Amino acid sequence: MTVVDNQGPSSELEASEPGMGDVADLAAARPLRKDVWKRFKRNRLAMVGLGIIIVLVLCAIFAPLIAPYDITDRDSGHFREGPSGDHWFGTDTVGLDVFSRVVFGARVSLKIGIAATSIALLIGLLLGATAGYFGGILDTLIMRITDIFLAIPYIVLAVAIASVLGRSENTVILVLGFTGWLGICRIVRSSFLSLKQLEYVEAARALGYSTRRVMFRHILPNALQPIIVYGTIAIGSVILSEAALSFLGVGPTYPTPAWGLMVADAKGVMSVAPHMLFFPGMAIFITVLAFVFVGDGLRDALDPKLK
Amino acid sequence: MTITNPSTAEVLLSVRDLHAGFTTDDGYVSAVDGISFDVHRGEVFAVVGESGSGKSVTAMTILDLIPTVEVSGGEIIWKGRDLLTLSDEERRKVRGGEIAMIFQDPLTALNPVHTVGRQIGEMARIHEGLNKKQALERAVEMLDLVGIPEPRKRSKMYPHEFSGGMRQRAMIAMAITCKPDLLIADEPTTALDVTVQAQVLEVLIDIKDEIDSAIILITHDLGVVAGLADQVMVMYAGRQVEMGTTSEVFYESRHPYTLGLLASLPRLDDMGDQPLVPITGSPPSLIRRPSGCAFHPRCRFARVPGLCDQEVPALRLVTGDAHRAACHYAETLADMTVERLRADADEAELVAAEEVPER
Repeated sequence: MTVVDNQGPSSELEASEPGMGDVADLAAARPLRKDVWKRFKRNRLAMVGLGIIIVLVLCAIFAPLIAPYDITDRDSGHFREGPSGDHWFGTDTVGLDVFSRVVFGARVSLKIGIAATSIALLIGLLLGATAGYFGGILDTLIMRITDIFLAIPYIVLAVAIASVLGRSENTVILVLGFTGWLGICRIVRSSFLSLKQLEYVEAARALGYSTRRVMFRHILPNALQPIIVYGTIAIGSVILSEAALSFLGVGPTYPTPAWGLMVADAKGVMSVAPHMLFFPGMAIFITVLAFVFVGDGLRDALDPKLK
Repeated sequence: MTITNPSTAEVLLSVRDLHAGFTTDDGYVSAVDGISFDVHRGEVFAVVGESGSGKSVTAMTILDLIPTVEVSGGEIIWKGRDLLTLSDEERRKVRGGEIAMIFQDPLTALNPVHTVGRQIGEMARIHEGLNKKQALERAVEMLDLVGIPEPRKRSKMYPHEFSGGMRQRAMIAMAITCKPDLLIADEPTTALDVTVQAQVLEVLIDIKDEIDSAIILITHDLGVVAGLADQVMVMYAGRQVEMGTTSEVFYESRHPYTLGLLASLPRLDDMGDQPLVPITGSPPSLIRRPSGCAFHPRCRFARVPGLCDQEVPALRLVTGDAHRAACHYAETLADMTVERLRADADEAELVAAEEVPER
């Protein structure tokens, strides 16, 4: 039966949600969870991506242990020096150790990536679920709001918000969170539109369950696959946008070790100190790629029929 | 099977002159047009009819399950309260707790991402406020009650690990978890293997007796009706055409449509060489209903032009004290039996066959 494959991952995801699956659920779901992992493991790029993300997370957690210098430790007399034994990635214009800042930068990027994506997921999920489930005027209204947001360039919005709130990581999180929910809203809406017509949703209503319960306990777990995939890739693209905003001078300020900010600092001295651009630039590139690989891998593992 | 006397048992549900329909791009679909019936505690009330006759819409309207249905008139009295006047919240509490529904297709009516035990237990958690552990215990109990072996182990499985018959049993378990007074079973065995159908129906009837409830059995399977139902209501194009006790409707049919349905069915005890007689034509559009009796274009006995295509026949008493039929010429059908209908049809066919070359 082909349905099994389709059901496996969702039950796995659902059961892995804290507080939702109990011990019995987990026990029964194990073989299905194994299936997904087995398919994921077979995808080499996805495994490479996963490895990179694990390294990133470790960097973020243990940054003070890994980085040889503090992010504000100036090494007087060593400005814009290329990679050396003392400074693996070289030093920047004011003598800061680029390697240490790249390591600490993982914290900034992951924090912004995860926080902004969470906000976007939450908004997109609530609006998309409402639009898809209730339909009618609510649906029209929400979809028109989505259209309006699509028409606002997020960079202009970012500059506007930053001028009010000031430049900080939180500004970037808010901007990217409040502009990033459009895609997820559409995905959730279309899932709800099709899922709400299924008999088990009707059955849930016939059993007297509240609308909220039907929406979030009975429909949502069945709609999680695309959300998980989209969310993973979204973290990558948020990190990229964060770099762009930092580069434009809307994001966090010195001494925050944001990769985008470091690239911006390097732009004037590219010819004399290319390492200042290369290392943070590579960090952004590899991180974004890793999240995209993992997202793709998850999609294939969760829904093998797509291949 | 308990034989209930309709006049003494408690009336649970009383539907009075119910009108309901949908607005579509092509016009208003009058799916239920003036239906009235009573369901008593302990009885099996069968609703029979072709697809599109309004039997499912009637059931869904009782539960308020189709948001697009507009109820334009009538009352649905449930234990003395008119359900149509209750708030959404009050109606929700009636659903599941007092009136539960068993769906047609157990393959799609169970949520694939939750374990069966959790889905059954959820009922008790919502309606009776049990905690997770108690609810799971109850689920095991219920699975045992509907005859699923190793209920504890099974309760931890997902619906796709169940066979069709087991899933339908699980659906029944879910519906009866809160001991509802009325079970609405919408073609509960249609999706099942013939060998499993009887078992599931048996479970359903046993459970009904166990929790002392009533069942509204929606089906187009007359065999099922004959074996289980106490009362039968035959629907055609959104209207009642005949109702009464099962034996009245089956053996003293006074409506051509009921006769037609019976004549179109093979019977095990009928080993003769009589042909099956189909009802010709197809069900009418509910947007543009035929004039007069909606069945007249397909009726063998219709007198057209005449009363049949001009006046809508009222549902009236024909035999006994509760056997009603909606046919202008119900009395003339008194000596019409399924056998005779088949014999007549056979003859007519022969005549028709002889006439063909002459044309």
